[in-house]
Amino acid sequence: MTIHLEKAVSRVDGPLKVTGRALYAGEFGTADLCTGYVVNSSIAKGRILRIDTTEALKVVGVLDVLTHENRPAVASYNESYTDMDAADGKHFRPLYNDRILYSMQPVALVVAESFEAARYAASLVRVDYESEPPQADLYAQRSEAHKAPTELPPDRGDAEEAWTQAPVKVEAEYHSAAEFHNPMEMHASTVIYSTDGKLTIHDKTQGVQNSAQFISNIFGLPDGDVRVVTPFVGGAFGSGLRPQYQLVLATMAALKLKRSVRVVLSREQMFSFGHRPETLQHLKLACDQDGKLVSTIHEVMGETSSFEDFTEMVVVWSASLYQCPNVRLKYDLVPLDLYTPLDMRAPGAVLGVYALESAMDELSYAAGIDPLELRIRNFTATDPASGNNPYSSKELLECYRQGAERFGWNKRSPQPRSMKEGRQLIGYGMATGVWEAMQNPASAKAVITIDGSVVVSSATADIGTGTYTVMTQIAAECFGLPLEKVTFKLGDSTLPKAPLEGGSFTVSSVGSAVKQACEALQQQLLDQAKQDDQSPFKNFELTDVIFENGTMRIKASPQECIEITELLKQGGSPSMEALASASPKEERDNYTTATHSAVFVEVRVDEDFGTVQISRMVSAIAAGRILSLKPGRNQILGGMVWGIGMALQEEGMLDKKLARWMNHNIAEYHYPVNADIHDLDVIFVKEHDEIVNPLGAKGIGEIGIVGVAAAIANAIYHATGKRIRDLPITLDKVFQS
Amino acid sequence: MNATPVRQHRPEAESETHSISLLLNGKQVQLTVEPWTTLLDLLREHLNLTGTKKGCDHGQCGACTVLVNGTRINACLSLAVMQDGAEITTIEGLANGDQLHPMQAAFVEQDAFQCGYCTPGQICSAIGMIKEGKAKTRDEIREQMSGNLCRCGAYTNILAAIEQAMPACQGESRE
Repeated sequence: MTIHLEKAVSRVDGPLKVTGRALYAGEFGTADLCTGYVVNSSIAKGRILRIDTTEALKVVGVLDVLTHENRPAVASYNESYTDMDAADGKHFRPLYNDRILYSMQPVALVVAESFEAARYAASLVRVDYESEPPQADLYAQRSEAHKAPTELPPDRGDAEEAWTQAPVKVEAEYHSAAEFHNPMEMHASTVIYSTDGKLTIHDKTQGVQNSAQFISNIFGLPDGDVRVVTPFVGGAFGSGLRPQYQLVLATMAALKLKRSVRVVLSREQMFSFGHRPETLQHLKLACDQDGKLVSTIHEVMGETSSFEDFTEMVVVWSASLYQCPNVRLKYDLVPLDLYTPLDMRAPGAVLGVYALESAMDELSYAAGIDPLELRIRNFTATDPASGNNPYSSKELLECYRQGAERFGWNKRSPQPRSMKEGRQLIGYGMATGVWEAMQNPASAKAVITIDGSVVVSSATADIGTGTYTVMTQIAAECFGLPLEKVTFKLGDSTLPKAPLEGGSFTVSSVGSAVKQACEALQQQLLDQAKQDDQSPFKNFELTDVIFENGTMRIKASPQECIEITELLKQGGSPSMEALASASPKEERDNYTTATHSAVFVEVRVDEDFGTVQISRMVSAIAAGRILSLKPGRNQILGGMVWGIGMALQEEGMLDKKLARWMNHNIAEYHYPVNADIHDLDVIFVKEHDEIVNPLGAKGIGEIGIVGVAAAIANAIYHATGKRIRDLPITLDKVFQS
Repeated sequence: MNATPVRQHRPEAESETHSISLLLNGKQVQLTVEPWTTLLDLLREHLNLTGTKKGCDHGQCGACTVLVNGTRINACLSLAVMQDGAEITTIEGLANGDQLHPMQAAFVEQDAFQCGYCTPGQICSAIGMIKEGKAKTRDEIREQMSGNLCRCGAYTNILAAIEQAMPACQGESRE
């Protein structure tokens, strides 16, 4: 029995967010604060010949215009520009020299007393370029592809031969557009300059320690001189995994002017750094007459930049999701004159699983087997990609069963274009989803004070995922305290070390550290009690005692009880603290750890207008214990909405001649609005797991989106009989194909 | 009142400032503003009312929604000088001390947000929408709340929160 975990508690940071009191990176102020506004390159490739800042400097209130010619000294070695999520290669260095590597590259920062003056003066900066023709066409540059520098699971059997010989087979090419994270909060950094030269930086990031280390390295500042503090992040979805250029520019200006500086990117400038790469995938699947897979060939070509190789987990799923004796994978990158792509919610998996699960759907029609049944027949309880390791837990079959039942999959008529209501063609589609359940080393500190309250801390982030809430629940559970007596602190680089907040591993990593820190503190309290030779606790271990409402009791004889405040008094200190570090157990190495889902979608396609409405979606999720039900369900709902965006709306539109994103605003880059969202249903399937981590919780930030785009595309095929292999599926494609 | 941002009123020219008065979150305030300052920048940059968010500065996202004379507007699309004499309510003006407005309480209870950045705009917009009185069904609420983007995708819970708070808000707007 738990008192807080696996319960639907309201977010502990909710009141701050609904009253406008939660402060985000660009909202911290100080008396000497000035504002920087970025000037971006209008060309995609070439060099800067001359920057004329004369007119800009004449604007009242303008303090300086920073360019590559007058910026403070920065590190010259490439290694100094690496970060915790860096891609391989020569990292981008803002205002480093005259080279232009991509369109909208920052070329100057105007700093002024007011935002308006800085923005206006930025429009007066004149830049002359020497331009070279850029390459930005993935198809045209296919011949320039090189092998992605990442390890893939080994090929199995002879996939080509098996495909040729198989009785049932499909071959198809899938394309997906570049997507942009577009968190609601635009990237911002406020650098507070202290008279002793130390910097306190409020940066929009998924890793305060990542930003702090990055700035220390680039500017050669001692670690203790840079502190990054970001209590709230207005969404990120991967955009905050790498330090972005506004952080470097704001710091440059603060160091040069010896003043506090804030730089907030505009929405247009949010399209001037990382994105989900445009990707081309070639799939060949074959099965026997019973629907058993005999061959899987998955080849991927993803976009990268001219200076870094961006890789993601895109093809590995095709080697592990189903039992198949013959598998061949290939993953190539095509360098383009664009900024390096960037991890974006379920990086790689959303793309690879989209293609795999679309091809599985095509195979189901070729084999004359129900799409759900085909998946069930190819289910594997072990992981073929890792030499058939067992899964630490895998309730995927239960996801299929419960999801299908809730959705009413049995009401599906097998023939495409056979379900209709008026002028609405109705289609049912489904797909499997998968994501890794990772754990990274993390530390946390727990402090208990004389008033009985507990404060736990770690340098992680809450990007809307519910970190504040779930960590509070974990600590409150350990001490048997009401949530109000527990505080969790995050988003400060001086707190105990935490990994980046991403990859769905925060509960697994930081949550485990929080639990261990609380247990270490409990051990200290027990040891304190044992100092007294007469103590009834003398012969008991931590497993024999429970903590409840500010007391410690012996489980077997609960009348033996001591107040924690009493223990602290005995120890002669108003507080007691413990620091703990949690690492993945070695035992994990013998298992594959993953979350799974089954996604069921009903679409309504208007015969006259070609519009697609997602009228219903059920997502059944197996992700171990769901420790915090409200934020947990919300994460999955959000993932489903993202899947709808990916399938139907989201598309970075590139002018290939200019190598420039043309729809760089959120009126023209579409993602779902409230009216696009109808009946979304989340099922958390019970899944017991003692291997994955001490909490038995796998993490759910990514799994909600994986599989959704395929399920939608499959449903559109079922509704219309048209197989559209190009995301997003906009109405012109529905009409055209 | 001269509300047109004309070209010669550039920052390098001698700044022509305007005096305006607002009833801001129940308090009468007298302010001197430059003609090019938007209502959003006035709130965030000059008055430190950062609860109203900037998500695009182009009227595309709704994060800056505030109530002007009870009507919801995008603060980024209005110059501050245009609001002389107006009654303006921002997210900071909704709660009564520690007592959350029914819409704020419903947003917490229904978990109608994740990152919280669109939330002040969603809440102000929902209050304004209910006052407009045109949304009767779920689909109508969804449609009339579609000017407020939520990238976290919390729309299902936003809808639930608005439905929960609607009776209390309707009572309030009748008073």
